Amino acid sequence: MIYWEIFLAFFISGILGYGGGPGIIPLVQEEVVERYGWMTTQEFGEVLAIANALPGPIATKLAGYIGYVEGGVLGSIIGLFAAVAPSLLLMLALMAILMKYKDSKQVKNISKVVKPVIAVLIGAMTLQFFFESRGLLGDLQTIFIMGIAFLMLEKWKIHPAVVIGLALVYGGITGYILK
Amino acid sequence: MENRAKSSQLFMAFFRVGILGFGGGPSSIPLVQKEVVDKFGWMTLEDFGDTIALANTMPGPIATKLAGYIGYRVGGIRGCINAIIASVVPTVLLMMLLLGVLQAYKDIPWVQNMSNSVVPVVCVMLAVLTWNFIKQSTDSFGWVKGLLLIVVSILLLEVVGIHPAILIAVLIVAVFIPFKKKGDGEKGSE
Repeated sequence: MIYWEIFLAFFISGILGYGGGPGIIPLVQEEVVERYGWMTTQEFGEVLAIANALPGPIATKLAGYIGYVEGGVLGSIIGLFAAVAPSLLLMLALMAILMKYKDSKQVKNISKVVKPVIAVLIGAMTLQFFFESRGLLGDLQTIFIMGIAFLMLEKWKIHPAVVIGLALVYGGITGYILK
Repeated sequence: MENRAKSSQLFMAFFRVGILGFGGGPSSIPLVQKEVVDKFGWMTLEDFGDTIALANTMPGPIATKLAGYIGYRVGGIRGCINAIIASVVPTVLLMMLLLGVLQAYKDIPWVQNMSNSVVPVVCVMLAVLTWNFIKQSTDSFGWVKGLLLIVVSILLLEVVGIHPAILIAVLIVAVFIPFKKKGDGEKGSE
């Protein structure tokens, strides 16, 4: 049943993702692309791009939108609920206890120990998008756009929304001319 | 009536955080602080710092954990729901609108080319994110141990093919198993 699957997909990625919303992205991709096949890698990339261009928490933008695509308004609400509620309830329930142990090594270690795994997962996604891009645009354009995007984002600190907007314009213009 | 005023303050505070914060939840933390500590005084700075630290030890999106928890402290269950809706719903609606338009014209070749051209940009953003997580790993474990853990993760996830959910769950449980005496060397980072 689709609603149950939507719930599970965002419940699992939400409850296991560390490092806030961005750390959850690869887990969402695992569920949405690999497990349930709701989207191709490219479609997921599109959703991710728009999500990155818009403000607000990233995990809920993904959950709300993908839930909506798969299950309409109810699907969207279920996706949001699954992404938000479990970790929030955990926080409300454990806050009082954790306050006491906030300096304990174990509590501090939880988020540390998961970071290398998240690094690998996002790294794998990066490679996937790289190959995807080569297939869609060819080596030359891929390297070209990546180089410019990197300079804009990291060196010149241009806002991600602007960079994605420029990429859309670039794609529109080159697509229009070459077609 | 005081309640109603507080409800709308709560809504506006997290609405602003949601609509002005780019780059996902973690980068909107300073905005939350501005509203919650500086503007409305619902928490002291120290309280807020503790909340962030503990929110980070728990899984899930950080923005909604903060909105829900702070909303709950300010206005009970209704405050909690109020703050979450304010921080989440506006941007989800924007997503639907933008992607809806893009999907509708998908069959036109140059529109298709528009969405193709975004893929390399996403690739760069993910690469930067990967680097951030690698740095965080090596910061807390040191270079040798951090890189070793990353290599082991690569083997387990990509070669052996373990589901990430299982690996993460095992790691979290392992943190609480008290047997490792050697683990004391870990806190050599600070």
